[in-house]
Amino acid sequence: MTTPIGKPPLDRKTLIDLGFIEARAKVLDVAAFLDRLDRAPATDVMTDFRVDAIRAALVIALDASPARAERILNSWSDPSTQPIAHADGKAARGAHLPR
Amino acid sequence: MYIDPHIHMVSRTTDDYARMAAAGCVAVTEPAFWAGFDRSSAAGFQDYFRQLTESEPRRAAAYGIAHHAWICINPKEAEDHGFAREVMSMIPAFLSRPNVLGVGEIGLNRNSKTELAVFEEHLEIAAQHNSLVLIHTPHLEDKLKGTRLILDAIAAHGKINPARILVDHVEEHTVRMVLDRGMWAGMTLYPDTKCTAARAIDIMEMHGTERIWINSAGDWGHSDPLAVPKAVVSMRARGHTAADIHKISFDNPRAFLSQSGNFSVNAPRPTIS
Repeated sequence: MTTPIGKPPLDRKTLIDLGFIEARAKVLDVAAFLDRLDRAPATDVMTDFRVDAIRAALVIALDASPARAERILNSWSDPSTQPIAHADGKAARGAHLPR
Repeated sequence: MYIDPHIHMVSRTTDDYARMAAAGCVAVTEPAFWAGFDRSSAAGFQDYFRQLTESEPRRAAAYGIAHHAWICINPKEAEDHGFAREVMSMIPAFLSRPNVLGVGEIGLNRNSKTELAVFEEHLEIAAQHNSLVLIHTPHLEDKLKGTRLILDAIAAHGKINPARILVDHVEEHTVRMVLDRGMWAGMTLYPDTKCTAARAIDIMEMHGTERIWINSAGDWGHSDPLAVPKAVVSMRARGHTAADIHKISFDNPRAFLSQSGNFSVNAPRPTIS
């Protein structure tokens, strides 16, 4: 790689100019998603593990430590280590269901 | 000029071939995968493998794109062990076809015991035929655990040179463990469920450009067959050099894939079928 590993070629101000509007839109989308859930008619389930996972990820996104994306992905991951007996369907859910 | 080393062209229109050629695509490789429904018989795979090795190369050649294939039963259809073994028995006959690069995309989907057993049997087929291996890692919350299970299974099997294995769909939390084992890592550019171009470029900036490539994994789902050239545009905007862009989008896939004598960036002369 012609630029040092770990360092983006562009400086912080240029990266903000390049990425701010897209990041702004994504933050608004998350906020609007949570608002939408608040407005929706309640069901008998008070909470959803996937929404809890997003709320937990937002805390990570706001902290001052590096590798936020990696730590969020880890927080959503199945922490078990052994293969499961049988596949329960083909599709993953996006966040680990606490047991 | 670029290579898309993972794309499911049987699910794409001929217009996509035209657009990819116009964007500079010279070669694609197409792993065997799940059709969106479970095939009802092993004979369905026989026809699918013929499509990958006979029909699709002709369709690509019409646009000057060299088409290559990987053969396997995808982990999403591997939960029935007997059925999977019936399909796996067909693989050796197709590995000798001129556009086939190896066994793939094998791996895990939900990290079940049967998926893992079928994965290990695929590894043995690859070892017996000295084939390259293209590995699918699971989706979303299953990826971290599945990648660890896959890497441990490869180490326990021990018969395949890690430099001949590409582990695909890596993200921030799995890329380092793949590279540290001496394997190649693929980043899939998906709108929602894998890497965006912006994050893939972040990963390159953090981990370098050795033994790493980008692909679209375009298929019948939410995906973009032009994801690689769009990522190239993003790399330019992020200040990356032409040399680094060429390395990630052309040199690296060519280096890995050329370990199979069947890989070429030169499409065969188009034929009328």
